[in-house]
Amino acid sequence: MTTDTGRARRPAVDGWFTLDGEPALLGSRCTGCGTYAFPAQEGFCRNPACTSTEHTPTPLSRHGTIWSYTDARYQPPAPFVAPDPYPYVPFAIAAVELAAEQMVILGQMVAGVGTDGLRVGMPVELVVDTLYADPERGEDVVVWKWKPAGGTPASTTGSTTGSTPGGGDHGA
Amino acid sequence: MARDTSRSVAVLGAGMHPWGKWGRNFVEYGVAAATEALRDAGIEWRDVQFVAGADTIRNGYPGFVAGATFAQALGWNGARISSSYAACASGAQAINSARAQILAGFCDVALVVGADTTPKGFFAPVGGERKSDPDWLRFHLIGATNPTYFGLFARRRMDLYGATPQDFAAVKVKNARHGLSNPNARYRAEVTVDDILASPVVADPLHLLEICATSDGGAALVLTSTEFARRHGVTGPMVTIDAVSTVTPTFPQTRIDMPDISTDSGVTAPPGASGGFKPAVIAAAYDEAGIGPDDLGLAEVYDLSTALELDWYEDLQLCKEGEAERLIRDGDTTIGGRIPVNPSGGLACFGEAIPAQAIAQVCEVVWQLQGRAAGRQVEGATVGITANQGLFGHGSSVIVSR
Repeated sequence: MTTDTGRARRPAVDGWFTLDGEPALLGSRCTGCGTYAFPAQEGFCRNPACTSTEHTPTPLSRHGTIWSYTDARYQPPAPFVAPDPYPYVPFAIAAVELAAEQMVILGQMVAGVGTDGLRVGMPVELVVDTLYADPERGEDVVVWKWKPAGGTPASTTGSTTGSTPGGGDHGA
Repeated sequence: MARDTSRSVAVLGAGMHPWGKWGRNFVEYGVAAATEALRDAGIEWRDVQFVAGADTIRNGYPGFVAGATFAQALGWNGARISSSYAACASGAQAINSARAQILAGFCDVALVVGADTTPKGFFAPVGGERKSDPDWLRFHLIGATNPTYFGLFARRRMDLYGATPQDFAAVKVKNARHGLSNPNARYRAEVTVDDILASPVVADPLHLLEICATSDGGAALVLTSTEFARRHGVTGPMVTIDAVSTVTPTFPQTRIDMPDISTDSGVTAPPGASGGFKPAVIAAAYDEAGIGPDDLGLAEVYDLSTALELDWYEDLQLCKEGEAERLIRDGDTTIGGRIPVNPSGGLACFGEAIPAQAIAQVCEVVWQLQGRAAGRQVEGATVGITANQGLFGHGSSVIVSR
């Protein structure tokens, strides 16, 4: 598979999400109590009332609602890898609540979506997008990100203004 | 609830090395704090039977074996030792280790020490490529720093409870004023709401002046059995530690917390089962001491960010969920108000010296209860509480009374 850059894609972490078709996070569900886990659980169930050690791999809901959100105005330290070393472009981060699984999962928002367009409770969907480029291997390293779900105010704000949070005050 | 002091230990002495960015060896700060605590207690180092060190993971091997490191630096005296690492709660774990030794009757006199020397800027994970370490993964996959989580919690307060940037800034203004004359505080200058809101945003909606710095510093306590304290000649009101809560969250922990990428799933839980981690840490402390929020005269809480201090008001049950903004607006948590919070100036004035911080919180409560907090004294307090949260299910709360 390739991205729109034409380069091959490589997941930033193995086995945590699917790349093709409609991508999804890969979690697990306990065969004993039915609790979900992400990343997939092995061995003991996280539920202290459950003694099962069997977990079925399960793709998680691709849609959720924003529990809360923020952004990263300054470049995070390693092992974060900036998409292009210079200049650093701030990005938004959301904690997203999945209704069926009753859990919250953190992720970057797709590029171009600033916090101005986000609200607690806003619907989002999961996409797979470039985390950073690996020029040595000619690959794009990809990860899951959240994207405002169609028809919400956020998707128009994000795409039409192209507002990235905090442009200009990065780099200190 | 009946107040329970049957398992209390006495605080005979407290000492600190001032917080700052001194750039020297952490051992030096620990020894300075320990020496001051011993002098305060009127105890000779040779008479200390147990040394509990709180570990630092950023200063090489001596930091991992802090108990031995401080004991050697003071001169091997044959004491028993322990070294505790529990992220930001390391200092409370060290206090708890000493307390347990005293209450079990293994020793009468214990010294608790924590100190740190910190690097500049964001805390980053330990080096190397470690794809099974959630702390490494959150930086690599998402770029989620500690302020990311502070930003998430702050934004949620704004969207759910109508908190404003001015409310958050008011916490910093208060704490800066509280710490003005605290000789151990690193930052001693008034700031205005305008100054704060004009500083660069780090993690929306939080500004640089709303996120605590990383600092060097050291703190120490001399703890003894209450019987020893009496024999030692403490005649007036004795300051005691009545509770040390270090409980984990209870499954399912469905509120996202540092440094996690995901929460537990709530599907197996009965409705309303999980009250969250920080409230659980506090509730266990109240339960152990047999007191409630109405008994408190002051609180020292972990204001890693301005907004996080408001979360603690609710976790401490000083008000209902969603009402913390009213407390800061009404001045309830300012010295002179109903329940002063962070009279020391808090992390806003100190910055964080991880293994020393939970011990420093207790030092402040001790000095407040003894009436020795010059320039920031809370009048008439008889009970104080500390509240602290660290990574990976480590948090703490200590209740001190006189």
